[in-house]
Amino acid sequence: MAIAYPVEESIATKRWRAGWGHVPLFPSLILIALVLTAVLAASLAPHSPTDADITRKLVPPVWMQRGTWEYPLGTDRFGRDVLSRVIYGSQISLVVSLLVIGVAGTIGTLVGLIAGYRGGISDAILMRLTDIGLSLPTVLIAVVLVAVSEPSFRNVILVISLLLWPRFARQIRGETLAIKQQDFVALAVVSGRSNTWIISRHIFPNVMPTLLVICTLQVGYVILLEGSLSFLGVGVPPPNPAWGLMIADGRGFLATAWWMSLFPGLSMLLTVLAVNLLGDWLRDRLDPKLRQV
Amino acid sequence: MPASFPLLAVEDLQTYFYTRRGVVKAVDGVSFTLEAGQTLALVGESGSGKSVTCLSLVRLVPEPAGRIVGGRVLLQGEDLLRKSPAEMRRVRGKHIAMVLQDPMTSLNPALTIGVQVTEVVRLHQGLRRTALRDRVIEALHRLRIPGAEARLHTYPHQLSGGMRQRVSSAIAMSCTPRLLIADEPTTALDVTIQAQYLELLREVQAHTGVAIILVTHDFGIVAANADRVAVMYAGKIVETGSTLHIFDTPSHPYTQALLRCLPGVELQRQSLVEIGGQPPDLAHLPSGCPFAPRCPQRQPICTETYPPPVLVEPGHVAHCWTATAVSV
Amino acid sequence: MLLQGIALKKYFPVTTGLVPGKARGWIKAVDGVDVQVARGETLGIVGESGSGKTTLAKLFLLLEWPTAGSLLFGGKEIAAFDKADLLQYRRSVQTVFQDPYSSLNPRMRVEDIVAEPLLPAMGLSRAAVQERVAEVLTLVGLSQESTALYPHEFSGGQRQRIAIARALVTYPQLIILDEPVSALDVSIRAQILNLLKGLQERLGLAYVMISHDLAAARYLSTQLAVMYAGKLVEVGACDAVYTAPLHPYTQALLSAALPLHPTARRQRIVLAGEVPDPLHLPSGCRFHPRCPHAMPQCTVDEPTWKEVRSGQATACHLHG
Repeated sequence: MAIAYPVEESIATKRWRAGWGHVPLFPSLILIALVLTAVLAASLAPHSPTDADITRKLVPPVWMQRGTWEYPLGTDRFGRDVLSRVIYGSQISLVVSLLVIGVAGTIGTLVGLIAGYRGGISDAILMRLTDIGLSLPTVLIAVVLVAVSEPSFRNVILVISLLLWPRFARQIRGETLAIKQQDFVALAVVSGRSNTWIISRHIFPNVMPTLLVICTLQVGYVILLEGSLSFLGVGVPPPNPAWGLMIADGRGFLATAWWMSLFPGLSMLLTVLAVNLLGDWLRDRLDPKLRQV
Repeated sequence: MPASFPLLAVEDLQTYFYTRRGVVKAVDGVSFTLEAGQTLALVGESGSGKSVTCLSLVRLVPEPAGRIVGGRVLLQGEDLLRKSPAEMRRVRGKHIAMVLQDPMTSLNPALTIGVQVTEVVRLHQGLRRTALRDRVIEALHRLRIPGAEARLHTYPHQLSGGMRQRVSSAIAMSCTPRLLIADEPTTALDVTIQAQYLELLREVQAHTGVAIILVTHDFGIVAANADRVAVMYAGKIVETGSTLHIFDTPSHPYTQALLRCLPGVELQRQSLVEIGGQPPDLAHLPSGCPFAPRCPQRQPICTETYPPPVLVEPGHVAHCWTATAVSV
Repeated sequence: MLLQGIALKKYFPVTTGLVPGKARGWIKAVDGVDVQVARGETLGIVGESGSGKTTLAKLFLLLEWPTAGSLLFGGKEIAAFDKADLLQYRRSVQTVFQDPYSSLNPRMRVEDIVAEPLLPAMGLSRAAVQERVAEVLTLVGLSQESTALYPHEFSGGQRQRIAIARALVTYPQLIILDEPVSALDVSIRAQILNLLKGLQERLGLAYVMISHDLAAARYLSTQLAVMYAGKLVEVGACDAVYTAPLHPYTQALLSAALPLHPTARRQRIVLAGEVPDPLHLPSGCRFHPRCPHAMPQCTVDEPTWKEVRSGQATACHLHG
């Protein structure tokens, strides 16, 4: 291997060399688009998602024969505009995932912090609960629980949160244990500070980066899970334009009116992909810095 | 091989790291020579470039961030920087070996000692079965590891820090390399174990004639173990000479300051002389001499041009505008 | 007498892990140690790994409780402390640890880090806290702008200054220094050692300095205590111990701390063997397997503590 002699390098090359990269463009754009769509749904959607015109059912997308600009992505079997439904569906995905992450994240973080910090019996009990939670077959249990308690927004969120918190707990506990070993925690004890102070001012702020990464990576999973539940009929109830429901609706028409399932499916795919890519980037970016402490 | 060749000749070695903050010139024009059977102490603090220099010699600089961008490393006349990766692999272990600071991470915790030593010997010497085993036991004996036969089946975690360092050194010496690079080998060891280890190293050197590059920040170790010293600061060698020269007539202000600021065990309790300021940021080095901002003997020219080498006495060179040749 | 430890012992149980709670053996980290620190003095505690010096420091800081023996502060038993006493203790006894990177919470600003020991129970107003923080930062040689910065913006030596500032903020009487300069660059060590010395003279502080670096210990200490495998082997006035060590281990330790000149002659004592396994300590004197002067008596009887010269005591059969 020959020696490489110094070459004047462009800033771009230097940045690439450093291995950090830019904030990934593709995922960020998708996610910004998603959030904007959800927030501005009312202004963006040409129709109401529940407006059904039976006479205009199964209209194909605009670029095909029989398609029209009035229904750019076609209509479903009730004559509802697919585009508008997909747009409003983003609201559902966003809201559900945010709420679920909020609830599950809070529970999971608290469990992880307490188990990691206190150790001993509390740790043992909480971790056994977590283990049980982690070994449950998620989709199966979700289906059963929601079916038993009647499908609704609230129940979907509660059930998914209940199944999701152990994932947070496990990792947060690990981080807590690592941070507990740091000298600054011992010094806080020597200073006479209370456990509450130590957990809130020392442990939690240092656990935050990991928490952020887990949240980001779980969003994709939640969207998929909610989609699956809706698909199976035990998620968000009709006529809500949940993407999973739309895919289910289009199941019998895959050969003839494929646009009913394709567009919601594509939206879900792009969203989950974007979120996962962003989460990966975030984890890579935050992790080495964490270890450098 | 002509006897006039030094075993190792490093000429103007440059290793840079390309990071977010800029180009870090970790090693910036380092040159030194080493004869067979000699010990060279590479002295410096963190950020001086001593460890990166060692990695550069064996071409193990972490990529893609780091790259050797210039210079020559001549081992018995052959430039290591021009060799192919396959050729380098043959050099490492057989001709050059390394012992690192942390004995806990130098050894693989999942493999027994026997396996780890055998692996190296088999790779470079192609021995089998009994011959292999004998060689392995011989390697352990050379480092005075008691009960070598029994130890073959033990795991690293069952050994103490000092013993682990000896095993690492046994692995390094198992193929009788010509050059041993020891990067702070005793920093993680207890003081009494340190003494044991250094004595052992001297013994091995006397027995095998291996040349040693000893990287350290401890002048006590330098005084007791080194024939020659090279002092590094901010990626450059600022002074080289025999150990006696460096201790008796240190000619670079950094060397002088280092020697003065060390509390010795014999010293009475007068105030230690400090070196003011902070070590330099290697990504943004000042022009001229990198030590100038902290130098008590700074002149205007020091911040403009890097000082050329001054021959203080035969075999003793300092890069300083204020250094003068000692009158004979 | 500021701090006094009498017959301090700290044993850690070793469990098999299978049956929780059943102790297979004991790690006798600290095994009967008597120490004392007087006002304005520096007690240097030196030893290698396994000596028990770090555990001793943790006992002083109440991070661990002694298995046996008593710890007294200002003459009062710490085991008998009430809440007010404990608060006073926390105020009077502070510490600086070895690792300047792990000692400071990377997500806290310097002013919050330094102000942490100022507990709400001490009843200081926000302004008073800020004033005191400014004061101690000046004492350690850091600029006032440091308050708003985060630890990662400082070098190792500067971080250690921040740690020292935090230790000073409650007007302590005693600071436990656990290897305060071992993790710092050589050129920075002198800075920090000088700072510590200056602060001691200026503020009348007492120090307990734990170190494996004999040179640094000598620089600051007035009294020296040498530990080996959980026990004290020698105690005395610092200069006396350094110039005329009594115990063979102290002699070996001093000879291993290498002299600073290539031609310096020193009786080189290289010890054989290793620090003993804490679970299987040697019988009699713990040092006998490595001692160049071991006698038959040493394998049987543990040597008793004896004051050999005025102010210098040791536990060794050579002197007993």
